[in-house]
Amino acid sequence: MLLRQVEYARPETVDEAVRLLASRDDARALAGGQSLINVMKTRVASPELVVDLNRIGEMRGIAVGADGSLAVGAMATYADVIASPEVRSRRPILAEVAATIADVQVRNRGTIGGNLCVSDPTNHLPPVALAQGWSMTIRALASERTVGAEEFFQGVYVTAVAPGELLTRVTVPALRAREGDGWAALTLGRDGTGIVNVAATVFEGQARIAIGCVAAVPVVLTATADEVSVRQAVRRAALDPPSDVHASGEYRRHVAEVLAARAVARALERAEG
Amino acid sequence: MAEPVSEQMIRVTINGEVYEREVEARRLLVHFLRDVLDLTGTHVGCDTGNCGACTVLLDGRSVKSCMVLAIQADGAQVTTVEGLAADGELTPLQRAFSRFHALQCGYCTPGMLISATYLLEQNPHPTEEEIRRGIQGNICRCTGYVNIVEAIKAAAEGQV
Repeated sequence: MLLRQVEYARPETVDEAVRLLASRDDARALAGGQSLINVMKTRVASPELVVDLNRIGEMRGIAVGADGSLAVGAMATYADVIASPEVRSRRPILAEVAATIADVQVRNRGTIGGNLCVSDPTNHLPPVALAQGWSMTIRALASERTVGAEEFFQGVYVTAVAPGELLTRVTVPALRAREGDGWAALTLGRDGTGIVNVAATVFEGQARIAIGCVAAVPVVLTATADEVSVRQAVRRAALDPPSDVHASGEYRRHVAEVLAARAVARALERAEG
Repeated sequence: MAEPVSEQMIRVTINGEVYEREVEARRLLVHFLRDVLDLTGTHVGCDTGNCGACTVLLDGRSVKSCMVLAIQADGAQVTTVEGLAADGELTPLQRAFSRFHALQCGYCTPGMLISATYLLEQNPHPTEEEIRRGIQGNICRCTGYVNIVEAIKAAAEGQV
């Protein structure tokens, strides 16, 4: 399909990228393009300028910090994360979840930062970020700030990254002793779009649960890490998920409870393992 | 290219041959291949990033060329289905697709071959499950998956 006329810039540094993003009212960052290019085809988005981040080497790395946390560049692809020994040793669930996103071609191109910044309610990484307490580093023209996941996700397709700003990296906290991560999802087909997805992290018998696909942004709950308490916490949250061609709201609410219990059970196994 | 452009001369190496062309920023890589260079082996299927008919290797990695701008491929190496039998001789995968009847209408075949080529480069001896997941991004609407999987398995096992 022919896109609308658009201008294109390909900076090689974060400084250049934020200068370009701030130079127009309607400039958009182009990460992996696995969402943006499609919405440009449908004219849902028609930016005047796309700023291609693919040649900014400093946004691509995955490194372990002094405190054991993982600093993941926003332009790390799913394939980079899946192959990363740092991710596999420090927070393996991230690689496992990334390996279930869409298909090989999308994983070769799609990025961590893109997944978070799109903030599609069915995306995989927002629940993981919320359950694990990631923090996001956002660059503006002359400043940089770090926000927590709960502040980052603001609505459907809306995050704390304002026009003219750029998510440069995320920080994934180190797993503590007796801490474990779990993930459970019901999808359309093997690795398709989520009907409901749940990330959970258990530490010292307490579960932190983030349920995706049931609201504009994932719903975060805490509960004692046993099945009865988790199910009760999900019921008390009185989720009001949308109905669509794939599942009724009532079914999603039921599945959310089941998947939350499964995600916590897996997290608990790993916390104890 | 730190300043915005709406068109640009790009240099792309495709199947070993260097092409230099002026492209509009809005042009998708798949249309650059097909409409500008007349490399029509790469197909447009869904044009929404779902079907994988447009799959090519971009710097060695499989991507859907309907979700990449041509201008992004500036300086890159691209392999399309035309580049597989580079010396005129079919690759083992192509021979296996022929022998195992892994195509009916053939529309998905170029993308399927590129994905299978990438799979075997990454994992020369995949299990059936790994083959199925390796071609998950490629839809065959004749639903000829069983023979496609058989062909990839045979190529991996050197049976062709």
